[in-house]
Amino acid sequence: MFKWLDPYAKPETLYRICGLWFPWLMTAAVATLLLGTVWGLAFTPADYQQGDSYRIIHIHVPSAIWSMGAYSSMAIAALIALVWQVKAAQWAVGAIAPIGAVFTVIALFTGAAWGKPMWGTWWVWDARLTSELILLFLYLGVIALSGAFADRQTGAKASALLAVVGVVNLPIIHFSVEWWNTLHQGATITKFAKPSIDASMLWPLLISILAFGLWLAALTCLRLKTAILQNEQHRPWVRQLTASAAKEG
Amino acid sequence: MVMFKAAFVREWRLLARQKADWLNPLMFFLIVLTLFPLGIGAKPNLLAEIAPGIIWIAALLSVLLGAERLFKDDFRQGVLEQLVAAEEPMLAYVLAKIVSSWCSTALPLLLISPLIALLLGLDTAAWLAVLLTLLLGTPLLNLLAALGAALTLSADKGGILLALLILPLYIPLLIFASAAVDQASLGLDYSGQLAVLSAMLCLALALVPLAVLKALKLNVG
Repeated sequence: MFKWLDPYAKPETLYRICGLWFPWLMTAAVATLLLGTVWGLAFTPADYQQGDSYRIIHIHVPSAIWSMGAYSSMAIAALIALVWQVKAAQWAVGAIAPIGAVFTVIALFTGAAWGKPMWGTWWVWDARLTSELILLFLYLGVIALSGAFADRQTGAKASALLAVVGVVNLPIIHFSVEWWNTLHQGATITKFAKPSIDASMLWPLLISILAFGLWLAALTCLRLKTAILQNEQHRPWVRQLTASAAKEG
Repeated sequence: MVMFKAAFVREWRLLARQKADWLNPLMFFLIVLTLFPLGIGAKPNLLAEIAPGIIWIAALLSVLLGAERLFKDDFRQGVLEQLVAAEEPMLAYVLAKIVSSWCSTALPLLLISPLIALLLGLDTAAWLAVLLTLLLGTPLLNLLAALGAALTLSADKGGILLALLILPLYIPLLIFASAAVDQASLGLDYSGQLAVLSAMLCLALALVPLAVLKALKLNVG
């Protein structure tokens, strides 16, 4: 399998693949995002308990899911970068980290905005909320470390290593936070949720989740393209590319 | 083993000559502990209630304070480059570094823990819990601090970055250690927390030195 995958790790090929995929992914992301949010915000019935304010779920849940999804894909890329020394995987770590951090911020913000009318408070020290906040700190650490070195290459490698350390730690943090919370106070406030969700609300939610995933992939392609150009700027193929672009433009 | 012994003896010699390296974190720890009663109020009940958290936050900050210098001098003077180029296993050096940093920053905290218990009004049972959690938890602090120091070795603004990277990783330790002291001061059994702390320590002992080694190598280049 590795022999088959290896040619795709070549920066030039990867650049072309990302360029090829980006418009499709972005179009699909925008389409599903529009479909999911419009359906979710305008055409689903209101919740019998929460009224209209539950509709923020169509942004909150997808961003929360993909904030974790982005971290796992970042950690996988980091592991590939460390084990097989694939440079493109290193750049992928730097490409995904800010997107994941923004998703985490969106999840925290929409969560707070949802919590205010429902729980009567912007923030509770609930296990899930705390884990998400710590996830944000881990993202910020990776981003800060990758930008801290004079040598870009060292920064990429160091942040890849940190991402792997973080993913080993993440379950430990998650369970310890959960344990800490249940010790101090029962999660009485969070039990407001209904055990299951009605199909009329589920479908737009699933579409929104798909949309955020596509969006993440599209943005990753775009950022990876930029990272490849930045890191390979002295290579002949990039020079050729810029020269031909300058001629056309 | 020869390498470990040589590196360890060298560290001790350095520590004996640069007393600030282990005295400053200790003083920092004591001063932070003094600030809490001044800032929050010196009611004995309140102090005993928040003592576990305070002790542990002060401990992890003081270990962090000493961490930045861990590999700095060896990096600047080219010792690390020689070690990377040498045939001897570098892991022994990393382990010696971590063990000696524990001896210099965490062992003094253990030794003055009766004093801390006195200052914060903890009884003997709670003090014993403080001692045991410090014994199991501080090696973990040193391991992770070494990782942070190795990662940020050649970074431009190492010090504050190190804290940003490592503090989130300390959260499980903080939770379990202060919970153990909390339980002890209520007269409850806290062997479960100690078991979790030991498990985390074993995991970290197995994995972190390798990560430190990797980080050192990529910083040396």
